[in-house]
Amino acid sequence: MEILLKVNQISKHFGGFTALNGVSLELKRGERLGLIGPNGSGKTTLINCISGALVNESGQILFRGQSIANLPAYRRTRLGIARSFQIPRPFRSMTVLENLLVPLSYVGGLTGKEANRRAEEILSGMGLAVKMHQGCSQLSQVELRKLELARAMAADPQLLISDEAMAGLAGTEIDEVLAILHTLNQKGITIIMIEHIMQAVMSFSERVVCLDAGQIICEGTPAEVVADPYVQRAYLGD
Amino acid sequence: MRFWLSCAAISIGAVFLAFSGANNYLFFAGFVVLQSIVLASAWNILGGYAGYVNFGVPAFIGAGAYAALMMHLAFAAPLLLQIAVAGIITGLIGFLVGLLTVRLRGIFFSIATVALVFIFETLVMNTPFLGGATGMQLTRPESGGLFPSYMRMLVVVMTGLAILAVATARYVQESHIGRGLRAVRDSEEAAECSGVPTLKLKLLACALSGALLGAAGAPLPMYLSYIEPASTFNLLYAVSALAMPIIGGMSHWIGPVIGAIILASLQQIVTVTISSELNVLVVGLLLVVFVVAAPEGIVGLVKRWKSSSK
Amino acid sequence: MTFSFDLLFEAILFGILLGGFYAAVSLGLSVSFGLLDIPNVAHPAVLLLGAYGAFSLGQYGVDPIVAGLLLMPVFFIAGALFYKTYYLVFERRGDAAAVNGLAFFFGVVFIIEVGLVIWYGVDQQSATAAYIGGSLELGDIRLPYRLLAAFSVALVMALALSLYLSKTFYGRAIKAVGQDEGALRLMGVDPVKVKQLAFGIATGVNALAGAVLLILAPIEPTMDRIYIGRTFCVVVLAGLGSMSGTLAAGLILGIAESIVLMFLGASWAPAVAFGLLMVMLGFRPQGLFGR
Repeated sequence: MEILLKVNQISKHFGGFTALNGVSLELKRGERLGLIGPNGSGKTTLINCISGALVNESGQILFRGQSIANLPAYRRTRLGIARSFQIPRPFRSMTVLENLLVPLSYVGGLTGKEANRRAEEILSGMGLAVKMHQGCSQLSQVELRKLELARAMAADPQLLISDEAMAGLAGTEIDEVLAILHTLNQKGITIIMIEHIMQAVMSFSERVVCLDAGQIICEGTPAEVVADPYVQRAYLGD
Repeated sequence: MRFWLSCAAISIGAVFLAFSGANNYLFFAGFVVLQSIVLASAWNILGGYAGYVNFGVPAFIGAGAYAALMMHLAFAAPLLLQIAVAGIITGLIGFLVGLLTVRLRGIFFSIATVALVFIFETLVMNTPFLGGATGMQLTRPESGGLFPSYMRMLVVVMTGLAILAVATARYVQESHIGRGLRAVRDSEEAAECSGVPTLKLKLLACALSGALLGAAGAPLPMYLSYIEPASTFNLLYAVSALAMPIIGGMSHWIGPVIGAIILASLQQIVTVTISSELNVLVVGLLLVVFVVAAPEGIVGLVKRWKSSSK
Repeated sequence: MTFSFDLLFEAILFGILLGGFYAAVSLGLSVSFGLLDIPNVAHPAVLLLGAYGAFSLGQYGVDPIVAGLLLMPVFFIAGALFYKTYYLVFERRGDAAAVNGLAFFFGVVFIIEVGLVIWYGVDQQSATAAYIGGSLELGDIRLPYRLLAAFSVALVMALALSLYLSKTFYGRAIKAVGQDEGALRLMGVDPVKVKQLAFGIATGVNALAGAVLLILAPIEPTMDRIYIGRTFCVVVLAGLGSMSGTLAAGLILGIAESIVLMFLGASWAPAVAFGLLMVMLGFRPQGLFGR
């Protein structure tokens, strides 16, 4: 099984604060990895270092065998890493469809009719095709989250990082997003899921990694991680 | 296709006009309106599409004018070469300013452009070869080449520049470059994660905008028959270059054209009766009024009116 | 100009006094731009308004510093109202309006500058007072009284503002509002009112700073442009949001300008502020003491 992503001892500091302290991680192609940890444990920082929004100060990041730590974010996207944002960041001056045209042209090189067709296809898969030509201000929370995922999909990724895509959503909405992620994984896309909603993480992930204070404190199957005393302490306190 | 036909029609019209018996004043005024179209369109490539406010347009105009002057004095270069060289130099300046500041917040780019005005004005004032602080008189050549007079030739050249500027703006807007810039403006982080090379696009916009601004300034020495720092690096250019796209509408390439035609024509009519300071005040007030009440400009107002009357 | 340590010492002394002044005129910007993130490029123009206001009151025999103090409440109210308007028009509309906010402030700059030209004319204006003209003599060095007066007022202002921001409840709220509005709301404090207070203070401080400017040198309407360079240089050098840093940064700029003025002449001195600003932005945009 190919190792898609290899993170080796990366660290990141903000002034005097250590956000990541020697974190290492391996991801096999096609895996579903859950990333959990209390607030401030470094999950988003780790994601930012992988996607290129931040640059790590030490350690290596290898994607498909290639070192990517020096590449700007847009190059990493073109190599196959896509992410959604915790707080959705749609392109507000564009319609839902146009939002997808950006990655379609800049990553996939698609233009014109072909691009429109592919965008419609992706949106249909998410149930957003109805709102294709509407502005982003007309979307509900769950629709915005779906747009985030749709836009990430339009970049034709091999690795998709979903950053708390279900935060603040209600029961059926959570199931909708989970279903989308499952479908994507079945198509061969490797997924890292950051979530606080334990049920979702545990049911979705093949493997779970728990971060606390910038370090990995536990790694294993969902059942193993949930039972781990360190994990319980990190979430619940002493 | 319709766009290019209109451009061709305008060019032919300009040439005809140049050979006609029309009043000379028309050409003096026409030059200013056309120059305004170039300035507004060029400003908007960076301001409207990318979201970076150039507050130092006089620096680029001045750099273009003095670069053209230098080509004329040192090499007796023909007008078109002056314009080309001026454009290249100011394009490079725009690129360098961008390189320094676009990774930071937009306000620092704006302040850097203010700094440019200072720096260039000081440089020129300390360079006697370019006329220094007192400036320089120039004799406009007698012949206009193929055209009846040099002034008429200038207007035809300016028409060409205006078409170039508007066509460039239109291309940027309608191509994926335009969409990329809009993505950067809406959310730079999301744009990067969508594969958009944000830094490269911003620098491209800086260079294009700077180049066109400088090209617009290049014919100034010949148009005025003299050049001096105070009137070249002046406030009116700075306000107008900002006001015209905002009043016309920053989202579409036709906006700066509308704003330029309205504002420049207004100023031509009104300058005779009121002082130039009052001129700047009125433009400034219009700018603020539009930014507050009609930020989408005339283009936006027309869009809203159209959709509400359906 | 030949180099000598005496001249250097004099330049540094001058620079310290000048620097204190630069810190004072930048204090308001440290609050409005440093803490609140408002793209307030109109700050130097308002400074100039304060200077001209003090000048006009001076025509009636009012001492510049007194005039500045009198103008402070007026400017405070105007600033608070102005911010409310800015907030309603721009900050509520969302991030697409960022260009508009900046264009708005530049529009205000244009209007103020040209308004001053129309009302007062382009010629320089100066103030008269007991301490303007005449200098303190320390050995070979002559320190003009007006520079000492400016420095003293500047120091008092900087201290007062610093104390207010760190010791009072609303002062600390101002420091917090730029970073965590949510926390303030939870405490029952309206962030908009806090920002109004902050902007009002920033503008009010400008009134006194403007009066100090008038004491220091003759004023003319285009001065706001060089002060855009100086105030932003100080605020960026300090690191956004650092009040004590503002003082240190002001001193650095003052000394740098003074040395350049002494050894390279007056035509190069204005370039120092912009140059220093560009260097900082290029190499260390978070400033020397920033958060």
